[in-house]
Amino acid sequence: MNYFPDEVIEHVFDFVTSHKDRNSISLVCKSWFKIERYSRQNVFIGNCYSISPERLLRRFPCFKSLTLKGKPHFADFNLVPHGWGGFVQPWIEALARSRVGLEELRLKRMVVTDEGLELLSRSFVNFKSLVLVSCEGFSTDGLASIASNCRHLRDLDLQENEIDDHRGQWLSCFPETCTSVVTLNFACLEGETNLVALERLVARSPNLRSLKLNRAVPLDALARLMACAPQIVDLGVGSYEDEQDSESCLKLQAAIRKCTSLRSLSGFLEAAPHCLSAFHPVCHNLTSLNLSYAAEIHGSHLIKLIEHCKKLQRLWILDSIGDKGLEVVASTCKELQELRVFPTDLHGGGNTAVTEDGLVAISAGCPKLHSILYFCQQMTNAALITVARNCPNFIRFRLCILEPHKPDHVTSQPLDEGFGAIVQACKNLKRLSVSGLLTDQVFLYIGMFATQLEMLSIAFAGDTDKGMLYVLNGCKKMRKLEIRDSPFGDAALLADVNKYETMRSLWMSSCEVTLGGCKRLARKAPWLNVEIINENDNNRMEENGYEGRQKVDKLYLYRTVVGTRVDAPPFVWIL
Amino acid sequence: MAYEKVNELNLKDTELRLGLPGSGQVKEEQEVSCVRSNKRQHQSDNEEESTPPTKTQIVGWPPVRSYRKNNNSVVSYVKVSMDGAPYLRKIDLKTYKNYSELLKELENMFKFTIGEYSEREGYRGSGVVPTYEDKDGDWMLVGDVPWDMFPSSCKRLRIMKGSDALALDSAL
Repeated sequence: MNYFPDEVIEHVFDFVTSHKDRNSISLVCKSWFKIERYSRQNVFIGNCYSISPERLLRRFPCFKSLTLKGKPHFADFNLVPHGWGGFVQPWIEALARSRVGLEELRLKRMVVTDEGLELLSRSFVNFKSLVLVSCEGFSTDGLASIASNCRHLRDLDLQENEIDDHRGQWLSCFPETCTSVVTLNFACLEGETNLVALERLVARSPNLRSLKLNRAVPLDALARLMACAPQIVDLGVGSYEDEQDSESCLKLQAAIRKCTSLRSLSGFLEAAPHCLSAFHPVCHNLTSLNLSYAAEIHGSHLIKLIEHCKKLQRLWILDSIGDKGLEVVASTCKELQELRVFPTDLHGGGNTAVTEDGLVAISAGCPKLHSILYFCQQMTNAALITVARNCPNFIRFRLCILEPHKPDHVTSQPLDEGFGAIVQACKNLKRLSVSGLLTDQVFLYIGMFATQLEMLSIAFAGDTDKGMLYVLNGCKKMRKLEIRDSPFGDAALLADVNKYETMRSLWMSSCEVTLGGCKRLARKAPWLNVEIINENDNNRMEENGYEGRQKVDKLYLYRTVVGTRVDAPPFVWIL
Repeated sequence: MAYEKVNELNLKDTELRLGLPGSGQVKEEQEVSCVRSNKRQHQSDNEEESTPPTKTQIVGWPPVRSYRKNNNSVVSYVKVSMDGAPYLRKIDLKTYKNYSELLKELENMFKFTIGEYSEREGYRGSGVVPTYEDKDGDWMLVGDVPWDMFPSSCKRLRIMKGSDALALDSAL
């Protein structure tokens, strides 16, 4: 390769797109490191505190797309207090000051402000794509800046963010000359939507492929929108509350029939039960279906829709579908790759919607299944063993039994054997979440067999430090480990400090680790940020000279090349 | 009135008494974030539970995003009609903890008294029968399903009285 001029090598590198592969290329030799540096287009930073914007710009001066992730995963479940961090402002400011030609920004679990969005919209002439997932801190005013100032905007994709909706006119801020929109997703906005502005925007966007509406867009508007965008591939229905056979309903049905490119359907945020039947004509082409927000649609209507969806690859649904419904999925959706079954009754009121039977049926009927997230009331080892035998191809296996510590409901045994079977059979397993009654034994199995495991979520499981040690010693590819309410302590935490340099992060909350243990860890590993999060007393632990034996409520540690972060709030103590 | 929780069995639920289901129950809700006891419950008395125990709420459990929790919360305002009344009312089902509170509120709203409920015979004695339309469009008797399930399945309420109610009464 070194006989070729740099431009040729660079051209070859263009074909290498995965971050892992590009990182590997850059390690081959100095020459390749340099070429790769200047040609890297997409940069992915899994933890915004692992590196600084300045160092990013020094290494990759020419990138066009940046992906940043902020808060740890358990922030999704309110375990990280408000104000912890993940601010994108310093990044936007640094990028704006530099000459980088940013075109795409993808943020997950970060705090974004209207000022930041305004700065972003004004600083990058070719900015095309903004994707915000689970972010917070901004309002529709920020969206208005993006709409007004980004002349070549292609994607505005807002997924499950907390956005302050000022019921403003952000949609009308898109200039009449803007015809480039490909993705428009504002399903998470709670307020009124300017329907006229929306319809005009859609009508002048011939490249529009993905449109996801919020609940303020009613049925008749949906009908008009679909009539002007028959090329749509991905549709998120907002509100669907109307009488069956009304004029709007009929218009909608007519419009839907023309949408021959429609492959993905979601939304139904407020939906009358009968509405799904309007979509039956397009079901045979659907590859992705997300009905997990349609709490008001009865299982029987869901089933009637799914019976037509023979090409489905991805299905997100509520457990109101029931085991019977999952059996229908299993016999209909032979192409299914990813399934998520979410709980409707969050307090486990005894209403057994889906059980181990549904999971077994799916595993038996869907040979291509590789990713599953399954919330249920009960499970057995026998069922998990069967699932493992039926589906050795799992890459992601996340099982959440709603009641903590719940054993096999037939034998009353822990579920160690069941999960053991899963990790033993699924040689490509990268992500695993365990639940139910579990002893150290399950972690022995995980450490022994889950050789490709990168992310593990543990809650209310294990007996002793041995459990955590099995995992740390065995899973060589572990990147993210998150543990809550499990009896693992300092011995496990401190056994192999160097392990944490090979991982992105470790989260431990309501475990047995002590302040003394964390301090020892921080001393031994200066390349780690060891954060103690203690919102209850604003970390007066330090001032009050708490004993080292004091248990730490929340510990979050991560490798970093830039040392202690400067934006930590008072309740975060970085050792 | 506090109730005893012994080995997760809710003894109050197994008491025999006349009265609406769910009345007199106090739902305990505590935010708990702690290491749960690891005493394993291998004993078979776990399987003898006749009713699910009231769950104390654990912070961040189950692991469902708050965005999703908020979205799937029950739309709880329902219309209430009473036979012979000139206009309908609307009530928020989420504000009631059990059937007895709901019925008391309805009694106040429409100025009537309702009879005693029994599983076998419905509401006897007053000629007034509370019914509701469920998600499938069927008209059901209020009180048959556990209170927890009621708000999510009830689309509207209708208080039947007069001849309709009497016919129901005598048919049972």
